[in-house]
Amino acid sequence: MSDLTPYRPLVGGTQPPYDAGIYGSTKLRAPKQALVQVPTSITEATGPQFSESRYPSVIDLTKVNGGEAQGQRIVVEGRVLDENGRPVPHTMIEIWQANSTGRYHHPGDQHDAPLDPYFQGAGRVFTDSEGRYRYTSIKPGAYPWRNHHNAWRPNHIHYSLFGPGFGTRVITQMYFEGDPLLKLDPIFHSIPDEAARNRLIADFDIDLTVPEWALGYRFDIVLRGRDATPFEDGNDHSHEGH
Amino acid sequence: MTLATPIATASQTIGPYWHLLPYKGWNDLTRFGATGDVITITGRIVDGAGDPVTDACVELWQPSPAADAHFDGFGRCASDAEGRFSFTTLRPGPVAGVHGAAGNVQQAPHVAITIMARGLMKALATRIYFEGDAGHDIDPVLNLIEDPARRATLIAKATGPAAYHLDMVLQGAGETVFFAI
Ligand SMILES: [Fe+2]
Repeated sequence: MSDLTPYRPLVGGTQPPYDAGIYGSTKLRAPKQALVQVPTSITEATGPQFSESRYPSVIDLTKVNGGEAQGQRIVVEGRVLDENGRPVPHTMIEIWQANSTGRYHHPGDQHDAPLDPYFQGAGRVFTDSEGRYRYTSIKPGAYPWRNHHNAWRPNHIHYSLFGPGFGTRVITQMYFEGDPLLKLDPIFHSIPDEAARNRLIADFDIDLTVPEWALGYRFDIVLRGRDATPFEDGNDHSHEGH
Repeated sequence: MTLATPIATASQTIGPYWHLLPYKGWNDLTRFGATGDVITITGRIVDGAGDPVTDACVELWQPSPAADAHFDGFGRCASDAEGRFSFTTLRPGPVAGVHGAAGNVQQAPHVAITIMARGLMKALATRIYFEGDAGHDIDPVLNLIEDPARRATLIAKATGPAAYHLDMVLQGAGETVFFAI
């Protein structure tokens, strides 16, 4: 029997709306109807589990076929926790990003900046028993996009996490401390709550920085949590505020 | 001493370049050797103008049949130039009902779908049920949706003995029911 304790409601303002008008592509894709709140059944409480044997790790994006990628080498380390502060162990994180010039190795990316044959554009890392992860990459470049005149995405690394259940799936982006483009970016600013936005910014960390090798950045991720103890009265509490 | 309560990390769009992640072949849930009652599920996603959504990442999760060494219940598909996606999987059975629901009625066979795409700041969650199942009338999730026309947006048409098809609309007339979890 699965634990069917409801997911804790998301904290207001800490998630972007679907209809984030400043981001043009939402215009025809954001649903108009209200979402239907479903209780947490086995479908939502459980989710796909990935094993490293079947989904091997790729934790160094800076080397391909014996060649080394151009750009500023970085190591990114962090923890994946749930909303109860508990580590999420052995969970899969997928990452992908532009190279140091701001170009994706993707047929849809026509930005006039060089591709780097030695940069691995995507990786996969599993958290350890304490929810920790770490990978090595190159600081991605900024790139232009056509959302508005002279629009440039800040430096960012895309993240995909699954966590323990269907309800913990999240796609996000990690940004870099001190990036002047952040204040202009509609995707970043689609999150109403300033503190929630700023939690997407990785901190430069001199203690993570590897001497003579790579700059260190720290980025923790929090997945949705459920109340620690199941409700005893059999009522659905999923609409209550917390 | 009070510790700050961690708050779930904000979602961001998957963007147009998510195809750098692996997905080829991931739409076949029998790829690890699963055998049984194999079905195909196809669909097509359109936006609020009726245009195909050509860059979506569509993921499927099914808790039934239970995951084992040959079946992990998970699939991923990239929508194509016509907005189409397809999965090959094992036919799900009914699963346990919801916490606290009267009588704990079983849920009719279904798969859970996640749609992520450029222009979607958060993943969209929905379900696909299968035409012809007798359990729809008492399914506790379908019964959360009062309007029969809206409920029908979750029920794939049988196009063959083991083939189902469902069109999905992100916005506007015929908009698919999406869930908050
Ligand atoms: Fe990007």
